[in-house]
Amino acid sequence: MSAVVNGAGKLVSWVDDRVTTNNWLKRNIRKAFPDHWSFLLGEIALYSFIVILLSGVFLTLWFKPSMAHVMYDGAYAPLRDVGMSEAFASTLELSFEVRGGLLMRQIHHWGAIIFIAAMSVHMLRIFFTGAFRKPREITWVVGVLMLVLGITNGFTGYSLPDDLVSGTGMRIIEGGMLAIPVVGTYLSSFIFGGEFPGDDAIARLYVLHILLVPALLLALVTIHLILVWYQKHTNWGGAGTSNETTVGYPLFPVYTAKAGGFFFVVFGVIVLLAATIQILPIWLFGPYDASVVSAGTQPDWYVGFLDGALRIMPNWEFYIAGYPISLNVLVPAVLLPGIILTPLLLYPWLEQWVTGDKRDHHVLDRPRNQPVRTGIGVAFITFYLLLWIGGGNDFVATIFDVPVMWITRFMQVAIFVLPPLTYWATKRICLGLQRRDRDKVLHGSESGVIVVSPDGEFSEVHAPLAEVTAYRLTAHERQAPFELGPETDEYGIPAPRRRGDKLRSRLSKVYFADVVQKPTRDELEMAHHDGHGAAEPHGEIEAGRH
Amino acid sequence: MTISRDDKMSEYTTEATGTELERRRVGDPFPDPGFPESPARLTDTDPKAERRAERQVAGMFGLAAVLVIAFLVFYVIFPIAADEGGVDVGAVRDSNLALGLTLGGSLLLIGIGAIHWARKLMTSHQVIHERHELRSSGETRAATLADFELGAEESGFGRRKLIRNSMIGALLLLPLPAVILLRDLGPAPGGVKKRTIWDTGVRVLKDRSFEPIRPSDLQVGSLVIAMPESYLDLPDHGPVRQNERGKSSVFLIRMPPGEFRVDEGRENWHVDGILCYSKICTHVGCPITLYERDTHHMLCPCHQSTFNLAEGGEVIFGPAKRPLPQLPLAVDDEGYLIAQSDFVDPVGPSFWEMNT
Amino acid sequence: MTAISARRRHPLAAAVVLFVALLLFGGLYAAFAPESQADVQASTSTQIDEGRKLFAIGCSSCHGLNGEGQALDDGTVLGPSLVGVGAAAVDFQVGTGRMPAGPPGAQLPRKEVQYTDEEIEALAAFVASLAPGPEIPGAAEVDPERGNVARGGELFRTNCAQCHNATGQGGALSYGKYAPPLAGVEPKHIYEAMLTGPQAMPVFNDNTLDPEQKRDIIAFLKHIEDEPNPGGAGIGRIGPVSEGLWGWLIGIGSLIGAAVWLGAKRS
Repeated sequence: MSAVVNGAGKLVSWVDDRVTTNNWLKRNIRKAFPDHWSFLLGEIALYSFIVILLSGVFLTLWFKPSMAHVMYDGAYAPLRDVGMSEAFASTLELSFEVRGGLLMRQIHHWGAIIFIAAMSVHMLRIFFTGAFRKPREITWVVGVLMLVLGITNGFTGYSLPDDLVSGTGMRIIEGGMLAIPVVGTYLSSFIFGGEFPGDDAIARLYVLHILLVPALLLALVTIHLILVWYQKHTNWGGAGTSNETTVGYPLFPVYTAKAGGFFFVVFGVIVLLAATIQILPIWLFGPYDASVVSAGTQPDWYVGFLDGALRIMPNWEFYIAGYPISLNVLVPAVLLPGIILTPLLLYPWLEQWVTGDKRDHHVLDRPRNQPVRTGIGVAFITFYLLLWIGGGNDFVATIFDVPVMWITRFMQVAIFVLPPLTYWATKRICLGLQRRDRDKVLHGSESGVIVVSPDGEFSEVHAPLAEVTAYRLTAHERQAPFELGPETDEYGIPAPRRRGDKLRSRLSKVYFADVVQKPTRDELEMAHHDGHGAAEPHGEIEAGRH
Repeated sequence: MTISRDDKMSEYTTEATGTELERRRVGDPFPDPGFPESPARLTDTDPKAERRAERQVAGMFGLAAVLVIAFLVFYVIFPIAADEGGVDVGAVRDSNLALGLTLGGSLLLIGIGAIHWARKLMTSHQVIHERHELRSSGETRAATLADFELGAEESGFGRRKLIRNSMIGALLLLPLPAVILLRDLGPAPGGVKKRTIWDTGVRVLKDRSFEPIRPSDLQVGSLVIAMPESYLDLPDHGPVRQNERGKSSVFLIRMPPGEFRVDEGRENWHVDGILCYSKICTHVGCPITLYERDTHHMLCPCHQSTFNLAEGGEVIFGPAKRPLPQLPLAVDDEGYLIAQSDFVDPVGPSFWEMNT
Repeated sequence: MTAISARRRHPLAAAVVLFVALLLFGGLYAAFAPESQADVQASTSTQIDEGRKLFAIGCSSCHGLNGEGQALDDGTVLGPSLVGVGAAAVDFQVGTGRMPAGPPGAQLPRKEVQYTDEEIEALAAFVASLAPGPEIPGAAEVDPERGNVARGGELFRTNCAQCHNATGQGGALSYGKYAPPLAGVEPKHIYEAMLTGPQAMPVFNDNTLDPEQKRDIIAFLKHIEDEPNPGGAGIGRIGPVSEGLWGWLIGIGSLIGAAVWLGAKRS
């Protein structure tokens, strides 16, 4: 053991002589990292990204990003003498003539599925716990950008083999481009080098996919990690934690082992998926042909919401002086992503404006303590899920034996009706949970033991909470709506930005007026004195319990 | 390692100004009890449990090594070489499974082993660090600002307006070459989207086999996928053929005359009830041809736009707006189906210049 | 008290009683239920006569005694005319159990076949005798071994995939109709479906898809059906929808599970 330590010491010294590493190491080698599972979701994304990079390099050694037409004469007999692009043919070669080639393809694609899913779950966790608040707004923006880039790379990636399903997706994108007023046809002509499909698109997507977007992603993930490192991780509130400290396990050795181990777990799970579940069987779909389509064509899951929007949008198109304004395509394909992304990116500032809270926050919110934010998040998830299911409406139709038209009609109504409903229901649930927390603090938790008083009154015994639990339930801040100052000050000069402040006040009332506040010290003492006849607030009850 | 935090008992007053809110922290019910002592793990107190955990971790790492060797062996003993009949897909499946299970298993075991080691055996207590203020101190900020102002003053940037304006002008123009260099990515669209390779007298050929079609080949309820004869004149290298497949593809159907609406000016567009329509959906361009012969509906599988071919290809459901363009048919001297002209309506998705 | 009465409060008593009752009623029904139409034997010797008799009993209520079709006064068609549909149509519809039709719906599904092979032949002969129509293909015409799989794949993707999906998994049509999945369908029935265009399906007569092309399509379908999935479980072979579902359920699900284990309070 000491040999290892000595050797490492010598190496570090050599480097330190040149770049002062020990300064940094001294500060960071025992840096605290919390290990609650909800903090590991970003790691799943990071590790799956590394898996994608590694498997991707392997694939580039065989893949030919060319749309040149060839007659297939490779190993997969059912496609022999079928005309196809070189891209498709080289993907067949990878799958059927390279040992481990199919495995690598599947690792790459399953990795991408998990990468984007992990980013989405991580983003939701950040949202629901308020980890985007100051000082982490930059981290949030960088993260949303990475999600968008990840989706872009997923789309360009699965379009590279030029198979029937992804080619149909490209056609839909091209149709979406054409609908853009004034520049639509130019955009399409420049991207495809002429008419669709042309013979340039795959090579151009390839550059985006292996060079430009991964480079951007690497740069952004570096910024993201530096920010998380430097600002230190957030913590769940509870005994021993506060806004001024950070708690966790030391980087070396525990966190290194756990995080390092988790990398192998993520890698291992992705490889096991690739070993046992088939993904993107391009030989079954066949090569892309612009005059052929398969029933049940969908994009990968993370683009599904766009396809769903395209399916349920009513066919509104009108003309201005003969020029078409195709809302049926523009709204779902061009405007909807912006409509989703803009509030998503700006949310930290929106909430900051409503609450007026400009302080640093290093302690996470329990979702129940922010009923409106949690409700908004659930409403957004509902909206997204409905569009997603709408994208698979033909499968839903066949599986549940329902006419596909009904599903379209249902979705057209549901995306407006269901999100407000789920918002309301979530908010009510959060308030209910808050009320229960408050009751637990005031009266103790229900023990299930019923006692009878001498007068014949039945009551349930409440066991007092452990100190640690009681503190955890009350560690959060009290929140109150933004208070509007007086209309004019003492000189009669009207307060500035009045209208904005009025709106702000109204919105912050929505956020905080209903919140069930944690009890104060006085309320707690009153509760103890008012206790039920059989309640023993100081723990003697322990002896009587089974 | 407990921390007492008496500041929980302190009070902040609220000054409700019009632009800031400070939270009230009056009388929280409980003081911070401090960091709870984590209970000792079984492996900390029981040496047998400790040795068992150690064996488990070592066992996992050992098995991972075995699986890596197995991967190398399976790579060799599961071949996927193809014979003249093609590759045996079952052999590919076996290879994929063998390589994947060994590689994935070894990676997973290394990971689980490391985590198990950390959880059960590594000595670890939680540490607490103070957070440092992220904001620089007031003095630092002031000094930085002063240095910047000094530098700005020394450069004379603010004073020398001619230099400033001309530099900004040059720099603003600089990105423009980058934009214009992209001009040759593709040709200007021109009118290319308004034309297909259909023309007067061009024969309608069955797709794939490229045989000409007589009206008697179709019966009521038939569906024939077709391409123009001029397709065969296109070069078979390059993208032009595939581009036209995405634009000039058509299909033929047959209905009893009288069962479909005939629009004014289009009375001779059908041949004995044989109608020819564009195969490209007017929504975003998927090729359609889900033909329901009983209802005469043409359904697009992408977004479920439904066209009623008995009513001039009008949209009766779904996001498409424009009816499916119809190709006027005729019969040539030898009795084969031909087109009377190119499409009159734009084919495929709507685009800005389509009516001009 | 008898042994049975002594056990009347046994926990399994209810189950036993239920089981016995089901046996009893099932047996009584089987013994006394009216005979199915298929048991009725024709007494004359020629196939067409036999077919006519079967037709009269099982089909004429909707299709008319001479297959001329039946419609109600308001125009609702009970059963279309079968004059000219040919033996192939009968072999397909009755051979896949679609006919005799069950309760009306958006589409008549494939179900249990009600007639024996000889009876189907007889019915087909009778309907063929009404007027010339598509014939039942011979064994050589539908033999998948004689078809070209690659050509059949191209033809299938061009003509059929938009309804039936690129690998024949089936697809949704409008108003509750659907294109059924093609796995497990006999080569003969595939041929006949193409030839006769049942229900909403278009007709691909021999002038539009010649017999060799039809055989190629059959060869492709049978080959794809039997081909193993080299990547692992096929999960329906429908692409991104099921891949996304399993990726979330198994992929992210197990990884979050691993994360929970990683951070769990030590034991």
